[in-house]
Amino acid sequence: MTQLPDQTDKKLGLVIDLDTCVGCHACVIACKGWNTENYGAPLSDIDAYGGDPQGSFLNRVHSFEVQPCEGAAQTVHFPKSCLHCEDAPCVTVCPTGASYKRSEDGIVLVNEDACIGCGLCAWACPYGARELDQAAGVMKKCTLCVDRIYNENLPEEDQVPACVRTCPSGARHFGDFSDPDSNVSRLVAERGGMDLMPEQGTRPVNKYLPPRPKDKMRDLEPTATELTSVTEGPKGFLGWLDKALEAI
Amino acid sequence: MAPREPVLDTSPVVSDEIRKTTCYMCACRCGINVHLKDGKVAYIEGNRDHPVNKGVLCAKGSSGIMQVNAPSRLRAPMKRTGPRGSGEFQEIGWDEALEIATGWLEPLRKSSPEKLAFFTGRDQSQSFTSFWAQNFGTPNYAAHGGFCSVNMATAGIYTMGGAFWEFGQPDWDRTKLFMIFGVAEDHDSNPIKMGLGKLKGNGGKVIGVNPIRSGYNAIADEWVGITPGTDGLFILSLVHVLLKTGKVDLTYLSRFTNAPCLLNEDPTSPEHGLLLRDADGKTLVIDRTTGKPTPFDAKGVRPDLAAQCELDGYTHRTVFQHMAERYLSDDYRPEAVADRCGVSAGRIRAIAAEVARVAFEEAFELDRSWTDFRGERHEKMTGRPVSFHAMRGISAHSNGFQTCRALHVLQIILGTVEVPGGFRFKPPYPKPVEAHPTPHCHSKPDCPLDGPHLGFVRGPEDLALNEDGSPARIDKAFTWENPMSAHGLMHMVISNAHAGDPYKIDTLFLYMANMAWNSSMNTRGVMDMLTDKDENGDYVIPKIIYSDAYSSEMVAYADLILPDATYLERHDCISLLDRPICEADAAADAIRWPVIEPDRDVRGFQSVLVDLGSRLGLPGFVNEDGSAKYEDYADYIVNHQRRPGVGPLAGFRGDGTKSGRGEINPDQLDRYIENGGFFIEHVPEEASFYKPWNEAYQNWAVKLGFYDKPQPYLFQLYVEPLRRFQLAAEGHGERQPPEHLRAQIKDKMDPFPIWYPPLEDAFADEKDYPVHALTQRPMAMYHSWGSQNAWLRQIHGHNPLYVSSKIWTENGFQDGDWAKVTSIHGEITVPVAHMVALNENTVWTWNAIGKRKGAWALEETAPETTKGFLLNHLIHELLPPKGDGLRWSNSDPITGQAAWFDLRVKVEKADRQAESQPMFKGQRSPVDPGPEIVRQKVRS
Amino acid sequence: MHPAPSVIVFTVLSGLGFGYLAFLGLGLPTVTGWSAFFCFALGYAMAIGGLVASTFHLGNPQRALKAFSQWQTSWLSREAWLSVGALVFMGLYGFCAVFLGKLIAPLGLIGAALSVATVFATAMIYTQLATIPRWNHWLTPLHLVSLSLAGGAVLALQWRAAFMLLVIAGVVQILHWVLGDRRFAERGHTIETATGLGDIGKVRMFEPPHTGTNYLLKEMVYVVGRKHAQKLRVIAFIGMIVLPVAIVLITPASPYSAGAAILCFLVGTFASRWLFFAEAEHVVGLYYGKRTERSQASNAS
Ligand SMILES: Nc1nc2c(c(=O)[nH]1)N[C@H]1C(S)=C(S)[C@@H](COP(=O)(O)OP(=O)(O)OC[C@H]3O[C@@H](n4cnc5c(=O)[nH]c(N)nc54)[C@H](O)[C@@H]3O)O[C@H]1N2
Ligand SMILES: Nc1nc2c(c(=O)[nH]1)N[C@H]1C(S)=C(S)[C@@H](COP(=O)(O)OP(=O)(O)OC[C@H]3O[C@@H](n4cnc5c(=O)[nH]c(N)nc54)[C@H](O)[C@@H]3O)O[C@H]1N2
Ligand code: SF4
Ligand code: SF4
Ligand code: SF4
Ligand code: SF4
Ligand code: SF4
Ligand SMILES: [Mo]
Repeated sequence: MTQLPDQTDKKLGLVIDLDTCVGCHACVIACKGWNTENYGAPLSDIDAYGGDPQGSFLNRVHSFEVQPCEGAAQTVHFPKSCLHCEDAPCVTVCPTGASYKRSEDGIVLVNEDACIGCGLCAWACPYGARELDQAAGVMKKCTLCVDRIYNENLPEEDQVPACVRTCPSGARHFGDFSDPDSNVSRLVAERGGMDLMPEQGTRPVNKYLPPRPKDKMRDLEPTATELTSVTEGPKGFLGWLDKALEAI
Repeated sequence: MAPREPVLDTSPVVSDEIRKTTCYMCACRCGINVHLKDGKVAYIEGNRDHPVNKGVLCAKGSSGIMQVNAPSRLRAPMKRTGPRGSGEFQEIGWDEALEIATGWLEPLRKSSPEKLAFFTGRDQSQSFTSFWAQNFGTPNYAAHGGFCSVNMATAGIYTMGGAFWEFGQPDWDRTKLFMIFGVAEDHDSNPIKMGLGKLKGNGGKVIGVNPIRSGYNAIADEWVGITPGTDGLFILSLVHVLLKTGKVDLTYLSRFTNAPCLLNEDPTSPEHGLLLRDADGKTLVIDRTTGKPTPFDAKGVRPDLAAQCELDGYTHRTVFQHMAERYLSDDYRPEAVADRCGVSAGRIRAIAAEVARVAFEEAFELDRSWTDFRGERHEKMTGRPVSFHAMRGISAHSNGFQTCRALHVLQIILGTVEVPGGFRFKPPYPKPVEAHPTPHCHSKPDCPLDGPHLGFVRGPEDLALNEDGSPARIDKAFTWENPMSAHGLMHMVISNAHAGDPYKIDTLFLYMANMAWNSSMNTRGVMDMLTDKDENGDYVIPKIIYSDAYSSEMVAYADLILPDATYLERHDCISLLDRPICEADAAADAIRWPVIEPDRDVRGFQSVLVDLGSRLGLPGFVNEDGSAKYEDYADYIVNHQRRPGVGPLAGFRGDGTKSGRGEINPDQLDRYIENGGFFIEHVPEEASFYKPWNEAYQNWAVKLGFYDKPQPYLFQLYVEPLRRFQLAAEGHGERQPPEHLRAQIKDKMDPFPIWYPPLEDAFADEKDYPVHALTQRPMAMYHSWGSQNAWLRQIHGHNPLYVSSKIWTENGFQDGDWAKVTSIHGEITVPVAHMVALNENTVWTWNAIGKRKGAWALEETAPETTKGFLLNHLIHELLPPKGDGLRWSNSDPITGQAAWFDLRVKVEKADRQAESQPMFKGQRSPVDPGPEIVRQKVRS
Repeated sequence: MHPAPSVIVFTVLSGLGFGYLAFLGLGLPTVTGWSAFFCFALGYAMAIGGLVASTFHLGNPQRALKAFSQWQTSWLSREAWLSVGALVFMGLYGFCAVFLGKLIAPLGLIGAALSVATVFATAMIYTQLATIPRWNHWLTPLHLVSLSLAGGAVLALQWRAAFMLLVIAGVVQILHWVLGDRRFAERGHTIETATGLGDIGKVRMFEPPHTGTNYLLKEMVYVVGRKHAQKLRVIAFIGMIVLPVAIVLITPASPYSAGAAILCFLVGTFASRWLFFAEAEHVVGLYYGKRTERSQASNAS
């Protein structure tokens, strides 16, 4: 099982738009809510009301600052969950076969019944996408909401991951990357979707859309043509106004 | 070898049942689907059909399950047994609790109803609570708007009949350039995010004006890291450039605003600065066709912006000419304001040019005809795809009213309000000032008040003053200190009551406001006032009743606790009479209903008020025979009528098919529940823009009962009521301000937007206190009460003070360091962290993360208490004494809006601390501590 | 990485145990009867004790048997098989030695090979992790295997072999440290590649995703002070290499001198192993802004 499938029928995953994410953490909590109630053991919270609360989450939003050579620093909110890598090292290291990549759609999952909680897969993941649940002792990770996306008890439009459904700014997109015409493939092509830590060779399925260029407005001199004054004429502003009113 | 994969159940049953109601974790009021399993809340998601959130849900909304299960939930009514502030209580039954309350309130009503001060904090049922207070007869009622964003609301209403947030929204589908001032999250949380996503998807651009670049500002294409408190100057400089370059919408100004109205400009006239009116009180313009003074709304009139005329020996010129003169002044040149605002002159010009370019060169037309209030038919609707939004960043300053005014004037001269692509009102707005009540304050024993408490003053005659000129209200709202305090001044109630100024009260009745903590300026001072005793050993504020749902800091300071049910356990009504959930294209209202039953001895507060109302025999709550008129709040929601046919809910009236107006429908709540908890009625297409002047809209508004007859009006570039106060200050009229306030009124109540430095600047020397200190709302936390939520508190468990690179380097800070932060009012010692994308003279922190030990069922070691902190300790409701024997309020002098963001501080490196300072003695928790481990799952 | 005691005890003890068993399997020394019993018991105690310790860090040890299933891809699974194989073969070999007084060389040789292979497999569990550049290097198996054999040689009273192996282990250890310190930077993992934001400019963490801690931070973002680490390196090297070498050089081979040498060796190895984990920087730290200063610092040094 810990062998990776040679290829998967579909390549399901997420596109995350860093130009649109406002860092609201809605996806973090929607994910927690859905996944604690559904797939596998509940996502526990240790010392929940105490001095050192620590719970399992499958999706977390980091915030970074980027300082370009010129101009103001930028803030980038950065959600991160499992990228469902094509060459998923977390799968091949797993001694029990609990970790696997589905040949059907490429989703990387943990079969909790087989997981011994050795933590090795989390060590193997460059992205911090796996968290060992402290109460259940099993490995937790994004399931790509496998129990939503095919769930016939949900209306069709709701057959998307919980985080995608809830994201208020529409910064998360779900789809099949193996189809070049899918929404996600097109977004990646149009906006230069990128891989995280490509040098790790994991070939992530999830892609990130980089923030669009910022602070590009150039300062204007008073003499700029856009700023031709109308008050400079002989009769000043009123003169201009009179003329302008004629025209209406 | 083909790997064998486990067989998964990819179609698990999601829940036994979905119940649709309304979220409560903030004032956005999104629709939610509550999934129940075994009768318990299993999962909460957004309701796709709901007009507000269309399916999305924020972090708070999604974690509602942890709110409903929070160990901090109060369990039963309580009476205080220990000293105030200790948190020592005894649980009692409802009968006893209600008897105590009645025993306290009944004598007050019979003798001096003003001795009850009823303030309702973050209340979503103000039309009901104010109705109760009005029937009780006390003039002392308000909700929290006075310390929140009354500047924004008031400036908007006076200028254009509505403001941002729940009053209106950008035309997200069409806007191309969106400029957002001073917003971290706002009430319209999800719609703003959805809108930003949409706008970006359409290739639109965002300009964020904010000293801090996070959240919405992080995704802005252009960031203007302005110096706090200077937005007014920056905006007026934009106005200067636009006027100078003639980039204003003259057609719009002449037709839809008071720009062409004639202004008496003779300083010798008693009417100096007032608008010329005809015998019917209609403002007059000069018609370009006839050259004659004509009422603004006359059929076919072509108002002349350049007109001048002599009448009765006084010269009159148009508002527009006065305005142009004012803002073309060199004082507003970009060069003149750049340093002060921390924005380069070139950038100000570039922004002005870009705004003008998009407004005028990307203008477009919609093929929709409409008829204006003058009867003129227009075949098209002209779109100007520039829109603006702003909130507390400009509003919570002592110059906030005028700054908000300036922003409205900016959008109006561009012609972008209520046009496609611009800013659009949400029904029941727009509504001119004239459609709002004036404040009422005359109380008599055993009698309802003479009218609604809150309103919009038109001039000095509407102030809430007694015969002798003393303030009629405990919070001194609607007095010369802050004449336009349309939302009251909740932040002044406790200090005034403590000082007995203007008079002493007997009972302070609070609902949903954490006044002993994050809701107050000068938190420690407020805690002291609440516990202070007089020479007889009695509390200076004799009795305090409080309704909360959770074990908050404020609970510890009350004598009687009326525990509320949580939002999934009670009825609520989000009413069009109040602050509804409408969209620009639709009127909508909603309910909450008990989707689960409480497992504790708690009651919905509104139902408790209904009960108290009938026990006290308040008119409006009892029938003629003295029997209770309503069984509970649900009964009130259905059966109460404000005006014939108009009740709390507009939907499914009469036989269930009537909207807006209609007879009582006993099945109304069921119909709401069937419909997903809300009701929506779309604005007809023809009525969807130009609402203040659009005949079709006005008729629709009347049909729905927003008002009883059409009332088109002009946008007020020049706000005459302000001028009326100035006239009084200049010595005209009977009601005269006290001498010490004359200058303030003359200077600050300018009918054209002005800018003046935040008032605290006069006390906090720039050299001693060079740094601005701000707070922001974290998107994943709601004020104080997110911290009891086991999921959310992991995201924001404590709050460092973020400091700019300049301050970081100057102090040689390193990760893990602490700083002493001092203002003219106080001092705190707190952890610091570095932020680069921040105005260099600014520090900030997340709001309301710090907690008092013992509150919220958190352990005493919780990071919220040990490392978390409030900036409120550095703020005060009063400015320091300035030697005139008076304490001036730390508020906007026009509206009384608390000036949270005027705060200036100095920052110095401190030794690393074990706990942030100041640290308060813990309160006893009236509830049991929470479990060590949470495994939230109802059933798999 | 979090220096979990269970994992440190596991790798040190089972490493030493298998190293020792390897020597026994090679018939160095040749022991039979009671003395064999004690020798094998010691080897088994350490090897099995270590393996048992390793289960303490499992979330669900009761399912440990499942760990045998994935030998095709998983080094942990291979280690499981190899260790069982080693224990079985060495057990048979030992049984014969103790009870039959016979040394069946092929059994011993296979057992020895499997013992070394077990240590190698253990090492490969760490070596294979591209996420931890310090480990992800051919020196890592050499490091663990050389130490295992050096310790085994000391216990086996093979003074000459012990000397050579200790010297090799010492050299490898120093290389592992020196090269390891540069490894993270050499690999080119930066907060910029982690976030993909490098095209815009220099990236720094502004806010972590949560103010408290989590599994990842506790497990993978362990940070050890530079000074502290240097001190421990000295202690490790002296205890693990210098003192045992001195003992081997100065004293004749005897159970007592071996005991003394192995005590020093264990102290040193525990320190070394603690550092092996504590100093191992996982790339996930980049997302928490935790790796930048350190990798720069080690660049500079
Ligand atoms: N430094 C600083 N201070 C500020 C601000 C700032 O920007 N900076 N902002 C100010 C503003 S705008 C505001 S609005 C205030 C907000 O401050 P508060 O109005 O104090 O807001 P909350 O913390 O939401 O507290 C409301 C109380 O309502 C209780 N509550 C929650 N749900 C229910 C319920 O269902 N029923 C009842 N009865 N009670 C409930 C909570 O437990 C809590 O005790 O803070 C102000 N304080
Ligand atoms: N998640 C969440 N949502 C909430 C709340 C909450 O507690 N949590 N509270 C609700 C309430 S009661 C309110 S009142 C609203 C308030 O919502 P917001 O208006 O967004 O209020 P704040 O979070 O106080 O943010 C004020 C913003 O103004 C900026 N600012 C401060 N001074 C200046 C200035 O001089 N100029 C400019 N341009 N910007 C400035 C600050 O940097 C900050 O970004 O949010 C509501 N929504
Ligand atoms: S919900 Fe959307 S906007 Fe919010 S943090 Fe997640 S991705 Fe970003
Ligand atoms: S992101 Fe991590 S957990 Fe997910 S597939 Fe890739 S390596 Fe595995
Ligand atoms: S923790 Fe579980 S899933 Fe991960 S490697 Fe170990 S057994 Fe496999
Ligand atoms: S796809 Fe599902 S499991 Fe994965 S992050 Fe989103 S909500 Fe969580
Ligand atoms: S924005 Fe969030 S908290 Fe506010 S009502 Fe909507 S879902 Fe609830
Ligand atoms: Mo507010």
